[in-house]
Amino acid sequence: MDVLYFAWVRERIGRPKDVVETQAATVMDLVEELRAREVRYEAAFADLSSLRVAVNQELTDFDAPLENAREVAFFPPMTGG
Amino acid sequence: MDIRVQSAPFDLGQEANAFAARQTGMGAIVTFTGVVRDVAGGLDVMEIEHYPGMTEAALTQIAQDATDRFALGDVLIIHRHGPLTPDDLIMMVATAAPHRASAFEAADFLMDYLKSRAPFWKKEKTSDGSDWVAAKDEDETALNRW
Repeated sequence: MDVLYFAWVRERIGRPKDVVETQAATVMDLVEELRAREVRYEAAFADLSSLRVAVNQELTDFDAPLENAREVAFFPPMTGG
Repeated sequence: MDIRVQSAPFDLGQEANAFAARQTGMGAIVTFTGVVRDVAGGLDVMEIEHYPGMTEAALTQIAQDATDRFALGDVLIIHRHGPLTPDDLIMMVATAAPHRASAFEAADFLMDYLKSRAPFWKKEKTSDGSDWVAAKDEDETALNRW
């Protein structure tokens, strides 16, 4: 699946996207896998209260299942308008 | 319903006129425009990042919710991304309804949801460096009004 990063999450990880092979059942499981990759991922995912997540381009929660997920995106709270 | 996400500038007068011209039987049209503001002083560039695909989907959903809730005749949302400078127009919404109360309320509703539910992020660049604009708690609590 495609894992996308936006704003300071993208900057902290140092790339806009990863293509990952995963058996993660939930967003939280995926976060744990990403955290284990490298220090910069651990840093980006240190405080989940400052992050939001979308699965297949819809906002959801960290306990959301990843069944049928093609695209998961992590980003800070949005500042539109 | 007309939803546009673009880097190019837009002409507020032209958009407002075109929106008004295509309505029939709507007694009230409200427009709101967001402008880049140099809050702390020294702002050179405001860079707006977004999530292509999700942005359009989220704006369409917000516009649909407003249409259903306030029985709007029509909605326009234009939101820019990319580098902007102070006093540039960032975005606009226009709402058309039979009466003014629902047109005003719908514009207010659209702005509250656009602030915290549309995937845009702002980065302010000054001579001292650059920083992401943090979301405000009151933007989130503003959604509870609806």
